[in-house]
Amino acid sequence: MTDPGILALVALLLPAVSFLILALGYPLRRSGRAAGIVSILCAAGALGAALRAWSLETPEGMTRIAYEWIPQEAGSLATVGVLADADSTLMLVLVALVSLLVQVYSLGYLDTESRPSLGRYYTYQSLFAFSMMGLVLAPGFLQLFIFWELVGLCSYLLIGYWYQRPEAARAAVKAFWITRAGDVGFVIGIVLLWYRAGTFDFLDLYDLVRAGQLPVAGLGVVTFCLYLGAMGKSAQFPLHVWLPDAMEGPTPVSALIHAATMVTAGVYLLRRTIWLFALTPDVLHLIAWIGAFTALLAAVLACVQSDIKRVLAYSTVSQLGYMMTAMGAGFAAAGFLHLLTHGIFKALLFLGAGAVIHAVGSNDIYHMGGLRRAMPQTVIVFLVGTLSLAGIPLFAGFHSKEEILGSVWSGGLLGPFWMLVAAAFLTAFYMFRVVFIAFWGERRGGHGAHGVDHHLHAVPPAMTIPLWILAVISVGIGIFFLRHHAEPEFTAPAWLTPLAVGVAVAGILLAWLTYQARVISADLLARVFAPIRRAALARFWLDDLFAGLYRHALLAFSRLIGWTDRYVVDGIVNVLSAWTLTWGDRLRRIQSGLPQDYVYGVAVGLLLLLIWVQWPR
Amino acid sequence: MPPALPAHVPLHAYLVLAAVLFAIGLFGVVTRRNIIGILLGIELMLNSVNINLVAFARFSGDVAGLVFAVFTISITVAEVALGLALVILIFRVRRTAVADHLDLLRG
Repeated sequence: MTDPGILALVALLLPAVSFLILALGYPLRRSGRAAGIVSILCAAGALGAALRAWSLETPEGMTRIAYEWIPQEAGSLATVGVLADADSTLMLVLVALVSLLVQVYSLGYLDTESRPSLGRYYTYQSLFAFSMMGLVLAPGFLQLFIFWELVGLCSYLLIGYWYQRPEAARAAVKAFWITRAGDVGFVIGIVLLWYRAGTFDFLDLYDLVRAGQLPVAGLGVVTFCLYLGAMGKSAQFPLHVWLPDAMEGPTPVSALIHAATMVTAGVYLLRRTIWLFALTPDVLHLIAWIGAFTALLAAVLACVQSDIKRVLAYSTVSQLGYMMTAMGAGFAAAGFLHLLTHGIFKALLFLGAGAVIHAVGSNDIYHMGGLRRAMPQTVIVFLVGTLSLAGIPLFAGFHSKEEILGSVWSGGLLGPFWMLVAAAFLTAFYMFRVVFIAFWGERRGGHGAHGVDHHLHAVPPAMTIPLWILAVISVGIGIFFLRHHAEPEFTAPAWLTPLAVGVAVAGILLAWLTYQARVISADLLARVFAPIRRAALARFWLDDLFAGLYRHALLAFSRLIGWTDRYVVDGIVNVLSAWTLTWGDRLRRIQSGLPQDYVYGVAVGLLLLLIWVQWPR
Repeated sequence: MPPALPAHVPLHAYLVLAAVLFAIGLFGVVTRRNIIGILLGIELMLNSVNINLVAFARFSGDVAGLVFAVFTISITVAEVALGLALVILIFRVRRTAVADHLDLLRG
């Protein structure tokens, strides 16, 4: 098989097959680990096919396999299929790789789950892998949207995997609704675009744009609506509030869906259609500003969290802001590169955090501490992820982050640029805050609040092997980029690299001085930044704002609608029915039941008819 | 051949007779309280129709009207037999033959 399109199709369909087997094969699903093995095998096959498709793909090459879905008189209204090119196959590899590693990891992480529950987990995982791949390979907006919603569904199902816990169920609903709010904009944008261009297909649209046949006037509304979808999915301000709550799901799910793949779908959408957005520079500017603001805001929020997963969640929001800013600056390749490297090292960080949580039995970094002696392997891989995220040379995030900063600078967006630099400083600070508190320092008790023994759970190889693979890839990417400098689309100033590294090192230094050397007291920092700290602890009141909006605006509106329905709409119906009843009651009295009356009526009627017929006119 | 009629009796005299008879019958049907009286009224109405049929047959020289009249008479017999049977049954069940009491279908 040497056709990348066919290979991509195989990669797409293998998880679908696995999902169908698990969903329909009741005994297999109930058997737990066996279901996991089926799902893992299919994911491995998908990874193989994806890797082969990627290796066959040339930078300019493109393979499209499309089947007609909705026919119309001229051509077809919508097609389904795969569009394999350099970007989509690379993204496919990322999805398949993280999917596979997370599924292997979950065998160790979810070892205490009951068998049916584990089978359910792997069924969802297979469905997610299929949906995400379908999204990545979609040749047009319509298919993209369908898979976009499917990954949203999987996200909902997996956040609410422990649905017995009220917080998890609430978080699942919250994630579903907030992303859906963005998707309303998305679907409106798709329909508006179809109305203007008459096609959903990326290639057709691209040809239209290249030929200049797409009217630019008013296109800003369309691209903004499309961006709304990306905003919800990729957790951009102000729709980012669902992502931290999504951490109620199992940690491997957070690693796969809420760090590496699904949340990057918005960025990927922009990467796919950047030529369309390029027609509307105003919207791109907006995207850049919102992205940079999100990056900074989330970085501030991450500094005050004590839940290790929430720190990582805010960090994900922050990094998504980075990617979006690069998109907004018009350099999609830089943002896409960061998407890929971030996918690797953030999955690594989440899985590492999962190993710690699995061992300690708590999410709280203040319940950890001194773990570097107890779990040296985990500490090393976590450190690799942290250095990548901080943007230290030799690690994956360094090059891509610097490229984003350079692209934003050369895009002339000074405000977003400095916001991103500040966010980079904070990124290094909050990540090393976690590292110093959780891994260095003194041991602070095992099982959190109910810690009786200080024994740590052993981390099984099913969990350490994926961690090492991701760590090696992270370092590998970093070293690869040191040697192979891809030709950038822009010229970055010479002081950019020292600035980026300097800021990161300064952040690490501050964290070290505060939490390790204790030269600067953490209380002093808290006092100096008291207003910001208080605001950040309250999540900048955004959740309260949404809750208030929901309670006071939406519910009040609903009450008004309810009143109208009950008293106006129902009132009209009730009055009509009451009238009918009254008049029916009156009219029934003419039914005397006496045949003589009826005969009389017939005779009088006949007489009147005869008179009427004979009446001289 | 039927016997010749007096020449000075015109067709409309028969028709007026029939109409009057029909009206009397209808009046009886609508106003009588006894069911048997109603049946008698119906008989009168039917017979007024018979007069019409015979008169038209006579004046147009068509036998079909006479044939119809014969049919009507025989069907009337059957109808009366059935009607009286019903009256008897109603009387047995409801212990009354007064039409005003039979208002089971009152709305």
